[in-house]
Amino acid sequence: MTTQFKMDAPQRPLLDRTEQGVIHRPLDRPEGPLKVSGRAHYAAERQLPGQVEGVLVRATIARGRLAGMNAEEVRAMPGVLGVFSDERFLRNPAQGGAGEAPVQGVREIFYHGQPIALVVAETLEQARHAAANLRPSYEEAEAQVDPATASDVDRPDKRRLDQGDLDRAMAEARASVDVTYTTPPHHSAAMELHASVASWEGERLTLHGSYQMLKYNKAELADSLGIPEENVRVLSPFVGGGFGSKLGISPEAVAAAIAARDLGRPVRVVMTRQQVFSMVTHRTSTRQRIRLAADEEGRLTGIGHEDRVYNLPDEVFSEPTTQSTHFLYAGANRRLGQEVARVNRACTGSVRAPGEAVGMLALEGAMDELARVLHMDPIDLRRRNIPDRHPEQDIPYSARRLADCMDQGARAFGWSPGSRREGEWLVGQGMAAAARINMVAPSEARVTLRGDGTALVETDMTDIGTGTYAILGQIAGEMLGLPVASVDVRLGDTDLPPAAGSGGSHGASSAGSSVFLACQGLRATLAERLGCEAEDLTLKDGVATGGNFRADLVDLLSGGDLSEEGKFEPGETADDASQAGYGAFFAEVAVNRITGETRVLRMLGTFAAGRILNEKTARSQCQGGMIWGIGAALTEELSFDPRDGHAVNDDLAEYHLPVNADCPPIEVHFLDERDEMSCPIQTKGVGELGISGAGAAVLNAIFDATGIRVRDYPATLDKVLAGLPD
Amino acid sequence: MRPFDYVRAEDTGSATEAARGGATFIAGGTNLLDLMKLEVMAPDRLVDITRLDLGAIERTEVGGLRIGALVTNADLAAHGTVRRNYPVLSRALLAGASGQLRNKATTGGNLLQRTRCHYFYDTSQSCNKREPGSGCAALGGINRIHAILGASEHCIATHPSDMAVALLALDAEVETETADGARRMRPLADLHRLPGDAPDRETVLADGELITAVVLPSAPRGHQAYRKARDRASYAFALVSLASVVAVENGRIARASLAFGGLAPKPWRDPEVEATLIGEVPSEELFDRAADVLLREAKGHGHNDFKIPLTRRVLKAALREAAGMEKPA
Repeated sequence: MTTQFKMDAPQRPLLDRTEQGVIHRPLDRPEGPLKVSGRAHYAAERQLPGQVEGVLVRATIARGRLAGMNAEEVRAMPGVLGVFSDERFLRNPAQGGAGEAPVQGVREIFYHGQPIALVVAETLEQARHAAANLRPSYEEAEAQVDPATASDVDRPDKRRLDQGDLDRAMAEARASVDVTYTTPPHHSAAMELHASVASWEGERLTLHGSYQMLKYNKAELADSLGIPEENVRVLSPFVGGGFGSKLGISPEAVAAAIAARDLGRPVRVVMTRQQVFSMVTHRTSTRQRIRLAADEEGRLTGIGHEDRVYNLPDEVFSEPTTQSTHFLYAGANRRLGQEVARVNRACTGSVRAPGEAVGMLALEGAMDELARVLHMDPIDLRRRNIPDRHPEQDIPYSARRLADCMDQGARAFGWSPGSRREGEWLVGQGMAAAARINMVAPSEARVTLRGDGTALVETDMTDIGTGTYAILGQIAGEMLGLPVASVDVRLGDTDLPPAAGSGGSHGASSAGSSVFLACQGLRATLAERLGCEAEDLTLKDGVATGGNFRADLVDLLSGGDLSEEGKFEPGETADDASQAGYGAFFAEVAVNRITGETRVLRMLGTFAAGRILNEKTARSQCQGGMIWGIGAALTEELSFDPRDGHAVNDDLAEYHLPVNADCPPIEVHFLDERDEMSCPIQTKGVGELGISGAGAAVLNAIFDATGIRVRDYPATLDKVLAGLPD
Repeated sequence: MRPFDYVRAEDTGSATEAARGGATFIAGGTNLLDLMKLEVMAPDRLVDITRLDLGAIERTEVGGLRIGALVTNADLAAHGTVRRNYPVLSRALLAGASGQLRNKATTGGNLLQRTRCHYFYDTSQSCNKREPGSGCAALGGINRIHAILGASEHCIATHPSDMAVALLALDAEVETETADGARRMRPLADLHRLPGDAPDRETVLADGELITAVVLPSAPRGHQAYRKARDRASYAFALVSLASVVAVENGRIARASLAFGGLAPKPWRDPEVEATLIGEVPSEELFDRAADVLLREAKGHGHNDFKIPLTRRVLKAALREAAGMEKPA
């Protein structure tokens, strides 16, 4: 049986009436012991009989045509089984949720680093050496690698908004700022390298990969290869971090499948760290002009937010930089817009919190600047500009506790800005709001109550380190009255019901709702068997009670399995209300008066994001997001060579993610909230909320400490140095 | 990785013998193995020296310290005598790399580690150090981490070591054994070459010559400090670092050993800077003059221009600290 549900109306919180008491609790992730003992097998750890090794070869020009290569010579090298260079190869990964092949081909080169061949050999060492000896020849063409000067620029209609008269609002404002912020390219730099093991049985392809959204990846892989979708199975039970870089099928999977088919042997392709930096999607740089116009009391009368980003030609994705600017603050006169420069650089795509992750860096910096102009506390300024209704769409907001987050966060943090000196260091505080749109997506799951009174949850949903195994087990345990230890969760296999996947922070709500719905169906059957109404059914610790009846669950099951599918679909509530997660970040930093180096001394985030399913995994998500915020604020910048556009600092020694020593104690608080417009379990996205604005709090704190306003992220020491007295 | 021969040496004689004809020694391998996987380095033969008896730290007859070439960075940093008499060395070591790397990396290997220039690591790019005559892509490229002193039109890479900077300030000598069995002592200052027109030749070591120890003189007088400005709090190479041993006696500077990292193709020490300072009364003006001397030939390449003012600030702060002066507001 299937319980289907479309989110067309607000949902009452059934999960507040169930009695098992496992929802929200900070339970450990059940797969944790497997991970720390090496028993959780990641894609690259698959070892199939007869498996051989493939190494990708990249183009070393920015634009042109592949004229040829010394493939024959390389084929003759020790251990080499094949050199593949196929028009079905992917130019770059599919964008998240595409469900079809991205741009394919090896003959036309669009960027330095584009995969153009795969060398397969018996051992990794042989394959790597042979790959290093493959020498492509090119017909080079003129490339454009700089987004600032690119001649081919799109202005997408969907990003344009012109409401009222911003110029006039600026001219008449009692206080205003007109500032330009820039953010550099970012890379997700997931710990696990992108890897695929492809094997064929007749016409059927099995791919062990590291992917976030399996039902789409299966379709993308099938489309790329020109085979029917039903002949493809993708398995990703464990993913070592994705952050958007594993949303769409990527070049190693298609190359591995092509080679495995030809050779009749399983082929493993693991990207090198350097290849990851150029072959998977990264986040564009942004140039953002922000205009804020306010009256004497700090009420916004106008907001402008116009940005320039980049991507390869023919890519539909562009960073939705202004996403939260649409709904976060009031202001009748509004102008938003975007330019997308077409450049010969590696592909850009979704990286954790596409849009807000960089848009909020600029918006929240500019709000801090406006507060300074107005001599207002930045919290007061923001509170004054929380709109009653969506300022562009004139719809209400669903649950929104922004003001509470700022107030409670300020109290917990001990908000007291104002510079002080500690030896060589200048100390100050900064804050920023957090906001990230909430999304849900279609998702399906099957829940089986087994005759022995345990349950099995099955869906092709992924756990990319976020805690999916934990929360789906908690939802099923709560709904079915079982301790979580009695619930098994199987994920990451396209033979299971298709889920939303992990992306856009919609996984917990969407997949969680599908599990919830399946359990609702099971509860209805159990109520019927018990002889009570479904609303009256209580399930706890394997015992069902309802009406005047009481029975052990195993007796109701009488030795048989009971299975139900849950199918969740977004509906009208998505358009009826503006939905987002909210929060507030606070940071205290120390800036070295000699060197300009900044250290974050402590950080705090207070968030309201609907029901929190697991207080521990959610907190980890928010802490991780805030560490990304520290990276964006201080250290992370992917550099591209100004001549050939190649990714220059393409390893973890030189692409500076924050290390432990950069991360201070990070406190996370959640406010109690239910969002009845979001989904049947009243949750909202958490994973990306923790990054959305975090870095701005750090740069605002640098200003508080030093009076130096860095608008060019990250605030590396040279940018601070320029403003320090001798 | 290119196929290669592997020889495990049992003593220094067999090591230097086996290394004749262009072999490469391997100890911790923390840098070499990465470079071999990338085929940036492709030695035909590796001579493993980890079995050699070069792991001791011993007092010398003149009250100094002899540090075996195979002493790991972690052990050296933690050594009691080092911490007591040469704290600048301990601090420099702990400011470098990561705990895991320091457990493997050795004293000799650290001196010979290769630059972190991005273009050196990327075989699709031109690099005179990797492939003589191919050009220097860092010129006109992304050169934030590159040299402002001692570079040439053929190479602007920096030497990445923290340890070597401290050793240079401590007047360390390098003991080697040549392929014909001779022992040599050289000041560390003479070990590394400037790139000139041959940036692939980074040291004066002869074919097969093995570093066996680093020898420190007795503990110096004065205040020792290591300052390192970098892009993150740990696991980042120095943008500018300064190992200083400064003594102020009777109100005048009596010693000013100042070695810099992150500025040049080798750990950088400029006798003229020290001559400017010695015998003088500490003052902001004097420190500025010393910085002027240090930076008289400094040349930025765009992204690294900031290193010039940063170096001045770091130098002045170190001198102020040693002289017990406050930074003027």
